[in-house]
Amino acid sequence: MHQWDFASVLDNTDALAVGALGTLRIFAICLVAGLSFGLVVGLGRYSQRRVFYWPATAFVEFFRNTPVLVQIIWFYFALPILMPFSISPLAAASLGISLNSAAFSAEIYRGGIQSIDRGQWDGARALGMSFLQAMRRIILPQALKRMTPALTNRAIEIFKMSTLASAVAYVELLQQAKLIASLNFNPIEAYTAVAVIFFVFLWPLVQLTYVLERRLARDE
Amino acid sequence: MTILKVSGLSKSFGGNDVIRGIDLDVAKGERIAVLGASGSGKSTLLRCLNFMEMPDAGTITLDGKVVGRREAELTLVRQRIGMVFQQFNLFPHMTALGNVMEGLRTVRRMNKADAQARAERELARVGLADKAAHYPAHLSGGQKQRVAIARALAMDPELLLFDEPTSALDPELVGEVLGVIRSLAEEGRTMLLVTHELGFAYHVATRVIFLADGTIHEQGTPDEVLKHPKKERTQAFLARHKEFSL
Amino acid sequence: MAYQWDFTPVFANADLLAQGLVNTLKVTGASLACGLVLGLGFALMRLSRQRLVSWPAGFVIEVFRTTPPLVQLFWFFFALPLIAGIEMTPLLAAVVTFSIQSAAFFAEVFRAGIVSVERGQWDGARAIGMTHGQALRRIVLPQAVKRMIPAFMERAIELMKTTTLVATIAYTDLLFAANEIAQKTFRPLETFTVAALIYFVVITAFSLLARQLERHLAVSGESTVH
Repeated sequence: MHQWDFASVLDNTDALAVGALGTLRIFAICLVAGLSFGLVVGLGRYSQRRVFYWPATAFVEFFRNTPVLVQIIWFYFALPILMPFSISPLAAASLGISLNSAAFSAEIYRGGIQSIDRGQWDGARALGMSFLQAMRRIILPQALKRMTPALTNRAIEIFKMSTLASAVAYVELLQQAKLIASLNFNPIEAYTAVAVIFFVFLWPLVQLTYVLERRLARDE
Repeated sequence: MTILKVSGLSKSFGGNDVIRGIDLDVAKGERIAVLGASGSGKSTLLRCLNFMEMPDAGTITLDGKVVGRREAELTLVRQRIGMVFQQFNLFPHMTALGNVMEGLRTVRRMNKADAQARAERELARVGLADKAAHYPAHLSGGQKQRVAIARALAMDPELLLFDEPTSALDPELVGEVLGVIRSLAEEGRTMLLVTHELGFAYHVATRVIFLADGTIHEQGTPDEVLKHPKKERTQAFLARHKEFSL
Repeated sequence: MAYQWDFTPVFANADLLAQGLVNTLKVTGASLACGLVLGLGFALMRLSRQRLVSWPAGFVIEVFRTTPPLVQLFWFFFALPLIAGIEMTPLLAAVVTFSIQSAAFFAEVFRAGIVSVERGQWDGARAIGMTHGQALRRIVLPQAVKRMIPAFMERAIELMKTTTLVATIAYTDLLFAANEIAQKTFRPLETFTVAALIYFVVITAFSLLARQLERHLAVSGESTVH
C-alpha cells in the first residue's frame, strides 16, 4: 500500500507558485491574442470578398486540422531556422496556442454573427450606419451574448492547452510538477497535486459555462 | 367473468393527486369508454393499468392474480394488456412490418418467418397489407395509428387500452381508425377507450365511465350516462361537447 | 543568405514516419473503441436514479473534463504504476488516459442523445412488454446513435489531435518519430513541416468524411445533438 506523502509537495509550494504564475501568464496571453485575432479571422470568414474569405478559410482549416502540440513544436524547433532570432519557449507555445484558439474562435464568431436576424442589418443601414458601425454597435453586441458560452468553453480549452508549453520546457504548473517529482521521487503526490490545482482553477469556469448555457437557452 | 380487477388505485404527481382510490372491474368482452375533462385523470388511469405509471396505492388483479412490481412480472402483464397511444409512438427506424414484428421477435422470441407471417396478418386486418415496407415517416396519421393497433394486436392481448387514439389525427383521418376499433369491438374484444368521440362511445361501448377529480363520478350504460346523466358535472361536461350527436 | 530547403533526409526516413502514423492511428482507434463502450456505461450510470450509481460516474466525468489531458497522461504514466504496483508502458498509459477522457465526453453525448429520444418511444416499447434493457437496445439507442454521429466524429478528430501528447512520454507516434528524425538529420524545419502536413492531410480527410456523413444525415431529415 502506498504511503501518501504530500509534505514533500507542500515543501515546494514556492516552485508550484512560480508554475502557477507561468500558467496564468501564458493563459492570459493566449486568451487575449487568440480570441481577438479570432475575431479578425471570423470577420474574414464572414466576408463575401474573396481576398478576405479565402485566406481566413485557409487559416482556419490549417490550424483546426493540425494538433496544437505539433504547432508548438514547429514554432520552437522549425521556425527559428527561418528567422534571424531565436524563439523562447513562451513565444513558441503562445504562438501555437493563440493561433489554434484563433482558428476555433473564428468559427464561433462567424456562427454568432450569422445567427443575427437580417432585419437587424436592415435596421442599422436604414439609420445610415456604415457596415463597420452596424457591426460594432448593433450586430456584435447581440452576437456576443449568444457566443458567450462557446467562448467560455474556448477559454477553458486554452487553460488546459497551456500544459503543452511544458513540452518546450516553459515553466508552468506541469513543468514544475515534473521538476518536483524528479527531485523528490514523489510523482504520485506531485502529479496529483497539479491535477487538483487545475481542477480548482477550472471547475468554477466549467460551472460558469453551464450557467451561461442554461441562461442562454432560457432567454432565446 | 372478471379479467381485470382494480381496487383502491391512487396516483399522484408531485403532490398533485391525479387518481384517488379508483375501484373498477372489467369483465371479458366489455368495452368501457372513459370520459372526463382534461386533467380528470383518464390517461393516468389507463397508464396505471399496465403499469406504464407505477400506482402509489391499490392493487390490480389480472385473472385472479395480484400483479407485483418486479420488471419480469410487469413485462408479462404488458404483453397481455395492449396499449395504443394518442401519439402512436411507432418506432421511426423500423418499417410498418418491423414495428409489428418487434414485440414478437424481441419479447416473444418468435422465429423470423413466423413473426413475419403473423405481422403481415395483423397489418392486413387493419387494411395496411400494402404499406408493410413503408417507414412511419411516409405514412399518414391514420395509417400510423392503424399500424400501432396492429402492433398491439400482434401480442394477442386479452385487454386493449386506447388512450385518445384519434385526438392527434386530422378530422378526415379519424374515421379509418374508428372503423378498425369498431371491427375489433365486433370481434368481442375487451377494451378500455379514453376518447372525446362521444358518438362513437355511445355506439360501441357497453359501459361508460365519467371521471372527475380522479374518481369515478358516474358510470352506467351509454344510454344512462350519455343520454340521461344524473350528476350535474356529467351534464355540464356533455353540454360543453356540442358536436355530440347520437 | 536564404535557407536551403532539403527534404531528402526526411524522405529517407519515410518508414519511420509511416510507423509513427500507424502508431498514432493505433492509439486513436483503441482509445476510441474503449471510450465508446466506457462512455455508454458512464451515460447509463449518469441516467440512473440511484445516486450511488450516478454520482461516481458524474464525478469521473467532471474530473476528466476539468483537468488537462497532459496532466492526466502524466498521472497515469508516472503515478498510477507506483500506486497499483503494475508495469505501465507508454502505449497502455496513453490508451487508458484517452479512453477514460473520451468516455467522459462521449458520456455526455450519449446522455444527450438518449434524452433527446421522445418519451413516447419508451412508452411504445414498454407497452409491448419490453424490459428496460430491451427498450434501450432495440428502440432508443438505434435512434439516439444516429443523432450522435456528428458529435462522435468531431470528438474522434479531437482525439486524434490529442494523441500527439504521447510523444511526451516517448511513445513513437508520428510526432515522436518526427522529433527523432529531426535530431538525427539536423533538419527540424523540413521534418516538422512534413509531419504537420501529414497530420493536416489525415485530419482533413476525416473531417471531410464527417461533413459528408452529416450532410447525408441532414438530407434524411434527422436532427442531431451536440
